Amino acid sequence: MTFDLPFIWAGLIAFAVLAYVMLDGFDLGVGILFPFSKSEHDRDLMMNSVAPVWDGNETWLVLGGGGLMAVFPLAYAVVFPALYVPLMAMLLGLVLRGVAFEFRWRTKRGQFLWDWAFSGGSITAALAQGFALGALVQGIPVLGRAYSGGWWDWLTPFSAFTGLAVVVGYALLGATWLVMKTEGPLQDKALAQARVTAVATLVLLGLVSLWTPFLRPEYFGRWFTFPTLIFSAVVPLLVAACAYGLYTGLRDRLDYRPFLSSLGIFVLCFAGLGISFYPNIVPPSLSIWDAAAPDKSLRFLLVGIVVLMPLILIYTAYSYWVFRGKVNPEEGYH
Amino acid sequence: MLTVLTALDLARMQFAFTMAFHIVFPAFSIGLASYLAVLEGLWLWNKNSVYRDLFNFWKKIFAVAFGMGVVSGIVMSYQFGTNWSVFSDKAGPVIGPLMGYEVLTAFFLEAGFLGVMLFGEKRVGAGLHYLATCMVAAGTLISATWILAVNSWMQTPAGYSINSKGQFVPEDWMAIIFNPSFPYRFVHMVLAAYLTTAFVVGGIGAWHLLKNNRSPGARKMFSMAMWMAVIVAPLQIAAGDIHGLNTLEYQPAKIAAMEGDYESERGSPLILFGIPDDQAEITRYQIAIPRLSALILTHTLDGEVKGLKSFPKEQRPSAQVIFYTFRLMVGIGFAMLSVGLWSLWRRWQGVALYQDRWLHRAALIMTPSGFVAVLAGWITTEVGRQPYTVYGLLTTAQSISPVAAPAVGASLLAFIIVYFFVYAAGIFYLLRLFKKLPDFVNPDMENSPMMAAGTMPGPAMAAGE
Repeated sequence: MTFDLPFIWAGLIAFAVLAYVMLDGFDLGVGILFPFSKSEHDRDLMMNSVAPVWDGNETWLVLGGGGLMAVFPLAYAVVFPALYVPLMAMLLGLVLRGVAFEFRWRTKRGQFLWDWAFSGGSITAALAQGFALGALVQGIPVLGRAYSGGWWDWLTPFSAFTGLAVVVGYALLGATWLVMKTEGPLQDKALAQARVTAVATLVLLGLVSLWTPFLRPEYFGRWFTFPTLIFSAVVPLLVAACAYGLYTGLRDRLDYRPFLSSLGIFVLCFAGLGISFYPNIVPPSLSIWDAAAPDKSLRFLLVGIVVLMPLILIYTAYSYWVFRGKVNPEEGYH
Repeated sequence: MLTVLTALDLARMQFAFTMAFHIVFPAFSIGLASYLAVLEGLWLWNKNSVYRDLFNFWKKIFAVAFGMGVVSGIVMSYQFGTNWSVFSDKAGPVIGPLMGYEVLTAFFLEAGFLGVMLFGEKRVGAGLHYLATCMVAAGTLISATWILAVNSWMQTPAGYSINSKGQFVPEDWMAIIFNPSFPYRFVHMVLAAYLTTAFVVGGIGAWHLLKNNRSPGARKMFSMAMWMAVIVAPLQIAAGDIHGLNTLEYQPAKIAAMEGDYESERGSPLILFGIPDDQAEITRYQIAIPRLSALILTHTLDGEVKGLKSFPKEQRPSAQVIFYTFRLMVGIGFAMLSVGLWSLWRRWQGVALYQDRWLHRAALIMTPSGFVAVLAGWITTEVGRQPYTVYGLLTTAQSISPVAAPAVGASLLAFIIVYFFVYAAGIFYLLRLFKKLPDFVNPDMENSPMMAAGTMPGPAMAAGE
């Protein structure tokens, strides 16, 4: 029996990227919301709610990027130069917000600097990821085995729009995370923020979804011809279900439902992207089989991921379990 | 400036800059994670509170250093794609899976347990907390294993074939991972990380001893660090020597450049110092010891060591760089050994280990020495690999992305600005943490009020150390 290894790996890389978006999405979102909470006490709590897990969340980004190099080296070699500017901006943003987790507690005088670094870095990283997403959806020109466009091609009205959508979407994840992890006035504030960002996210998501099919004929065909037309009915319906869950969760001030519903919306967006892209990994011309590494590379790493991924999921879940419940203002080693 | 420098120059500068800033943190956190595991283990074992206090002291320092290592490391994993896409396309099938294993076996392990180690002390039991500390320490070592396998494969490629697309295709994973230079480089780097940490711990201990030589915490960390120095420094010198012989076998041009030796001759001299000139192909003003290079490298007095002139000019690494960096590294290695031996002599004399202020001053000066040696060593081996990325097979010039020079230049500038801001702050906060030694309750002192009253520490106390 032979497996279609590139297909399996496309699924695994997609899983890693989705895990990244869901997990780092909420901790970047907390950074995006940072400027809207002025009190030091609230900011301490916001940061402490993600401090024990942000590092693990970002590891999925390394798995997505490093994994891409291992199993789809051609895609890695084409996409990264094409997205040079947004990726560099993202990296610098992640550096600034990452060090802020420690530095912010090391100074009183300079605390405002690291508050800025945390929120500025989070917003930059989210915006850059949104730009990168938009540019990728629009398509990346390839000549031979290399990117053939210029270094500002990523900047278009569509990518600016997706940039904004990702920032707002992450803010929704951050707000609903805070609803789940905090209590009292901070939770009230997070509920209000979640309401605003929920509406904004759904509006932006709707507009991006309407815009995307008109970017490329193959996307249009995917969403408006049979049999894939079925997705056009199913995916929006599921999004509506999540939106309803979000609405009731926020209305009834439930702890978990708003966050889980928001994650559901992200999963569905991601599935929608997959439906548009497949079987390409880099639209419009590079399929997962064109970009795949030799089978020996795919097989070797597959053994590792099959054995290790369940373990990783178990101890990641464990570390979330250890820090379950509301953030305790008295805790933290600082 | 941007019009003079090509995208290749700028991409190399960017890689060197971001790599140099990154590597000092793993070099420190590998050793420090192991040290923390030892401290917590000792505390759980004999309940001497000094170990617990030292653990908490170094834990905060570890958190800062580890965070800086993580974020600067993410940059590295993306830079291969943005700046070196041709290299990534060609070498990705071989080195990519190794880095994938690094993420799966090390990064997730570290990240998953770091949160518990830093913040979870009150939420999990002592045993689980210790497990978390050990997992973080194991993660740093596993990470080093994979990334050094990658680097070593680029230095001494093995176990591959080349397909019609020009990609390296893995043929034998064991041969790829255990390529000829890997075991040597791995041992050399892990020992370097341990030495680096030992001299940071020893230097901070010495600093506090200079302020108050009765602080039990300062004494304990100084003593532990000096034991590490005296044991690891000689091992490292031996490991370095063997690593050099391995390099001579697989990368003779690198050795010739390190030696500053342009001529091939029987019974080559060891050039202690001089000024190499790659253009004129001569090392000027040299002070040399006859036949010593032949003795060290071939273990015979009239063995032949190839000089740089026996390699075509376009295949030579720059002696003008690595001749110096190599000497800097070796010099620091011997200085570390000297401090270790000095401490051993003082220790043998009893309490003098904690009273020799000159020893403490020397150790204080040596605090950053490990970082300098690690950087000098990496410059030696990486510049020594030039003009290739994959030695002998793929040149650096062929490896670069089709990216415009202004893009690379602008991002380089952004990295320089952000890193200097972030790292200056980081070092400042680390120094501040180094300063805040907690007030240790010395279990010995509790039982001996005479010493607490302010007399000089007696031999009984020294024996307790």
